[in-house]
Amino acid sequence: MSGGNVNSTNASARPWFERLDRVDRRWIFLLMFLAVSGPILWIGVTGKTLPEAPTLAARAVFQEINQLPARSLVLISFDYDPASAGELQPMATSLVRQCAAKNLRMVFIALWPLGSQVAQQTIQDVIRDDYPALKEGDDFVNMGYQAGNEAVMKLLLTDFAKAFPKDSRGEATSNIPILKDVKMVSQFPLLISVSAGYPGSKEWVQYVISAYNEKMNFVTGCTGVSAPQLYPYFPQQIAGLLGAIKGAAEYESMVNESLAVDGVATAPKYLQAQRRMGPQLVAHLLMVGLIIVGNVIFFARKRRGAA
Amino acid sequence: MKRIIPMWIAIIGGFAMMLSSFVPLAESAGEMFADVFNVVAAIAFVLGAGSLAKQHLEKLSRRDAGWGYSIITLGSFLITLFIGLLKIGIHPNPSFPQAAYSGSNDAEGSAWSWIYEYMITPLTSTMFALLAFFVASAAFRAFRAKNTEAILLLVTAFIVLLGRTFAGVVLTGWFPDWASGLRLENLSIYVMQVFNTAGNRAIMIGIALGVAATGLRILFGIDRSWLGGGDA
Repeated sequence: MSGGNVNSTNASARPWFERLDRVDRRWIFLLMFLAVSGPILWIGVTGKTLPEAPTLAARAVFQEINQLPARSLVLISFDYDPASAGELQPMATSLVRQCAAKNLRMVFIALWPLGSQVAQQTIQDVIRDDYPALKEGDDFVNMGYQAGNEAVMKLLLTDFAKAFPKDSRGEATSNIPILKDVKMVSQFPLLISVSAGYPGSKEWVQYVISAYNEKMNFVTGCTGVSAPQLYPYFPQQIAGLLGAIKGAAEYESMVNESLAVDGVATAPKYLQAQRRMGPQLVAHLLMVGLIIVGNVIFFARKRRGAA
Repeated sequence: MKRIIPMWIAIIGGFAMMLSSFVPLAESAGEMFADVFNVVAAIAFVLGAGSLAKQHLEKLSRRDAGWGYSIITLGSFLITLFIGLLKIGIHPNPSFPQAAYSGSNDAEGSAWSWIYEYMITPLTSTMFALLAFFVASAAFRAFRAKNTEAILLLVTAFIVLLGRTFAGVVLTGWFPDWASGLRLENLSIYVMQVFNTAGNRAIMIGIALGVAATGLRILFGIDRSWLGGGDA
């Protein structure tokens, strides 16, 4: 008991900045929890989202898809797994929605082992639920996962069927109507990759787009940590870029606006990115606040040391 | 022999892949090696599974610290493998109704898709979400303006953190048009597209030169470190 009293006396004798600097990190965790959960609850109850002003990179993604003639082939690569779904799923949902609404023919592939399941889930949520007229095999197909990373991309350059000999249902590629005339990847006017890292957008640029820069366009959505590595390729090799949940929210707002029907509210599943901007706003403000407080402590300690 | 044969496979395969990009006649050789790579990549999964089992079984037998986690890892691995290989809960493909195992593991309602939806998805998302808490703690304790470089980093972090949210619009949206470049949302784009692009391009060119140099050293048999130890 006496030891505890001595410790508490010592603690109270410390200057304020020392006490603040030694604050239990669980308090910071609690602040972050409140910063994220508060806006989630608020947006969930009110249904309100923050307005988005689309940037050039996000507008370019929308435009690349929008300018394609109906029935054009689009190759969509799901290069992520559920760990990054919080950041990437909203953009994948909106990308598939815009393609389906434009009546484009979609071929889904995955270079990440769990990417095929993510693609399947997206097909279920968007195509089967809201575009039931689209037929599997004629209007879209999920080719599943293929191991080999860049080697798969290299193979796609010369022989699509060799890289993906059958779809996720087990149907041979040669029997799938949508792929009847497809010999190689350059026959797709647009390639879309939703990417969480390796293999992903960067490898698509290096192995496929650099070989066919004139023939096919490439747009991508990526996580916040990989966006800085992809900006050097925009807009030459990457025609449009969605960086993290912010890019997804910008793009989602454009897709929602273009498909809005008077008097019909947008389904919550198509507002996921915009809804996540609320928690992101408060979490970022908390981070800025924590950095400022940390630096106030740093300078107070420095001044005390110098005095 | 254990080193010479793999080295020659790498040299021949590497040159074939390289030539296939420049010489049309070598294209088929490049395709063949890409096929071989896919087969090797598939075999690597089996090796990976074997290595995982071996490592955790050793840990269990030695009762190393955290051996309880090895039981969970091995149990989850074996259950998932069993369900995936036997295609439990999957109906045959409508095109081949007589073939019991012709259905896809991705089919809705299958045991594998249940594992994916209710175990893999929440577990991996939770792990990723924990990052936010540690980043906040690190921002408080480590992000200090100790020198000029750190101050530059701090200012950039503020611009990007605020510019990537609605806070940027609220704080600087009132700037007149002639000063719109100073709005936080525009500044954050400028930072990403100019400073970040310049820095990243320099790094990427450096890495590319390093990769080319290392690749050539391996192709010419000068660098053999990738072969590991063992008898020549």
